[in-house]
Amino acid sequence: MSRRLLFLLPLATLALMAGFFAWSLMAGRDPASIGSVMVGRPAPKLDLRALREGDKPLTDALLRTGKPTIVNFFASWCTPCLAEHPLFTRLAQRDGAVIIGIAWKNKPEEARAWLAKLGDPFLYAGQDFDGRTGIDWGLSGVPETYLIDGNGIVRFHFRGPITEKDVRDTILPFLKGGKP
Amino acid sequence: MIPELGHFALILALAVALVQGTLPLVGAARGDARLMALGSTAALTQALLVVIAFAALTQAYVTSDFSVANVVANSHSAKPLIYKISGVWGNHEGSMLLWALILAVFGAAVALFGANLPDTLRARVLAIQALIGVGFLAFLLFTSNPFERLSPAPADGNGLNPLLQDPGLAFHPPLLYLGYVGFSVTYAFAIAALLEGRVDPAWARWVRPWTLAAWCFLTLGIALGSWWAYYILGWGGFWFWDPVENASLMPWLAGTALLHSAIVVEKRDALKSWTVLLAILAFSLSLLGTFLVRSGVLTSVHAFAQDPARGLYILAFLLTVTGGGLALYAWRAPKLTSSGLFQPVSREGALILNNLLLCTLAATVLLGTLYPLFLDLLTGNKVSVGPPFFNATFVPICAPLFAALCVGPFLGWKRAELWPALQQLRIAFFVSVVAAIVAAVAIDSRSTLAAVAFGFGVWLIAGSLVEFASRLRLGRAPWAESMRRLRATPRAAIGMTISHAALGVVVLGAVATGAWHLEVIQTLKPGEKTRIGGYDITLVRVDNVQGPNYVAERATLDVTTGGRPFTILQPERRLFTVQRRQVAETAIHSDGLRDLYAAMGEGDPNTGWVIRLYLNPLAPWIWLGAALCAFGGFVSLSDRRLRIGAPSRRSAVQAAE
Repeated sequence: MSRRLLFLLPLATLALMAGFFAWSLMAGRDPASIGSVMVGRPAPKLDLRALREGDKPLTDALLRTGKPTIVNFFASWCTPCLAEHPLFTRLAQRDGAVIIGIAWKNKPEEARAWLAKLGDPFLYAGQDFDGRTGIDWGLSGVPETYLIDGNGIVRFHFRGPITEKDVRDTILPFLKGGKP
Repeated sequence: MIPELGHFALILALAVALVQGTLPLVGAARGDARLMALGSTAALTQALLVVIAFAALTQAYVTSDFSVANVVANSHSAKPLIYKISGVWGNHEGSMLLWALILAVFGAAVALFGANLPDTLRARVLAIQALIGVGFLAFLLFTSNPFERLSPAPADGNGLNPLLQDPGLAFHPPLLYLGYVGFSVTYAFAIAALLEGRVDPAWARWVRPWTLAAWCFLTLGIALGSWWAYYILGWGGFWFWDPVENASLMPWLAGTALLHSAIVVEKRDALKSWTVLLAILAFSLSLLGTFLVRSGVLTSVHAFAQDPARGLYILAFLLTVTGGGLALYAWRAPKLTSSGLFQPVSREGALILNNLLLCTLAATVLLGTLYPLFLDLLTGNKVSVGPPFFNATFVPICAPLFAALCVGPFLGWKRAELWPALQQLRIAFFVSVVAAIVAAVAIDSRSTLAAVAFGFGVWLIAGSLVEFASRLRLGRAPWAESMRRLRATPRAAIGMTISHAALGVVVLGAVATGAWHLEVIQTLKPGEKTRIGGYDITLVRVDNVQGPNYVAERATLDVTTGGRPFTILQPERRLFTVQRRQVAETAIHSDGLRDLYAAMGEGDPNTGWVIRLYLNPLAPWIWLGAALCAFGGFVSLSDRRLRIGAPSRRSAVQAAE
């Protein structure tokens, strides 16, 4: 009898694995997402000099306006930022999104020149030259984008450039309904 | 109209495969020779039809027929011809069609070359092969039709994934699929044997050439993939333990084990149910790899369209094939009895050790690949399992495998003595210990482990050569006698020596590149210099160049050594305009003993460009060794005994008795 069970072992292993695979497919999980500890928590503090000369400094108050806000960390030296830039421009112009741009480890004059060349979709723009704010926000590089609800709670965290699909499936519903 | 012809041929192929998958089985059960003979005719017809379908899709790609949706999504008129052709299988639908094509061609090959098989076995093998084909053809037609039309047709296509626009990757999938799909024949033989209820030495002889052929192609496919990763990803490494790489490594390990255990069945009429299990597993792991890559269950650097609906279909298919095979195994395999008893110290004992270790390796890779998935589902924790895990598990298991590999061929069947075998290997042992000491003292005194691993590489080469020399009685018998023995040596034995020694070459290359490479990452402006291992490197200039379907920044690096010009390296960063995607094109100067490797990173004229330089000792040996390993397999495959030496079951059984 035990010999028979031994011959059933491969089949049992397969059943176990298949269960996991089916679960994984049904759950609709995104394997590319490495998760974020920021989601569901209040946004970290914001205390930055403005990127554009003459603008007021950026403070926490900007994240608690009652309106959903997008925070985007970018840099002029970052190619994926170039790729996602038109999406932010469209979000700002067509969908009226409030977008805060933060130039991360980027010389202010270079970031300004980059925005002057490509267009500036940011309602507020700050500079994080030494990257300290990036540490508070749990940044692993640029570009990264956070969706923050009207009460200042982080609701979504994109690592890497946002895509057309992200805009359609996550960002626009979030801006409309407040929840992604 | 040609795409419709292709579509129609595919539908007909499905119908033929359904016939081929059922009637010969009925014929084999009833002993009806006409129904059984139908299997061969159907296999040839099905292959012809799938060839027509594949040719039709190729035609659409080559002529850039943008009324076909698949061509629009994956091709572009400005693409060079070779990538138009490789674009056929550089996407989900086309690669599935390639699967179906190779599957059908293997089926036809069984029909053509299987004349010496008993009628019932051939009929059952062809039927199983056809049932697998039904799964793929139905998958193609119902979820991934490559011939779907688009109206109105756009003016131009979206282009192929830039990473795939590379000569290495153009031929990587076909080779890999020849390996994966080749195991379908082994699987079909295993299922047929379970249905017949008998596994004997003759069966093992028929299975071995198919296993060997699949294994050779898989070896080449994996080597090509690794070479591609080496020069395109720009990080100087050759194996990243990426899920997709692991997916191809698992069937290779199972196939290697099968290759060896089939010998035991052939020579000793033992280890039967284990060999049948391995034959089922080798193909199942191939399917598992396909599932993991296509379903989006795991993430990887290798891009492929990922779609949960397709994932569910492949999962259902995987379950049917593997589950069906394993259920049949659980039911029938306990009845397979072995005749021989085992002595631990014997050729068969050594081969069992080989199988245990190879299967442990495969299980390790499987665990490491799937662990992040399991953990994520059970606890929600995200982890990635990478080189540290595999270095700590995979590499130590290799050590006893390599140590035993050279000893096994010296042991006789049934009963052998360990000590005389070891004595014959004392020269090899001495040479490898000296090599390890030299490596530890002269090259790198910090990493003892690397030196030991280097010694293992030398041991594999020296041990294989000593075995071959002793087979020829080289030095102990007159020269003429050795030459006579060389001519009499079966090709299978020559192939074994080549492949075993080639494994040593791979190990040397991998150890040297992994442990003793030099690396310099520096931001350079034009005119600035850096140094790596005796080479002075100057960034001369950075140009903008226009390719056929990309624009690129090309750095020109002037390399001198001791003040004399050595070479000029021109790494590029290509931006593929249609997809807006950047791909690094490394520049490698290889002299066969080491690679000087340059890759270009981000940068601009003001701040300079990030230039990565690597000096990889023995790096070319990795792929040279892998190719040699496959070559050994082909030499073995050309052995006359494998082709025509197994005329009938009766004589083979008599020979074994």
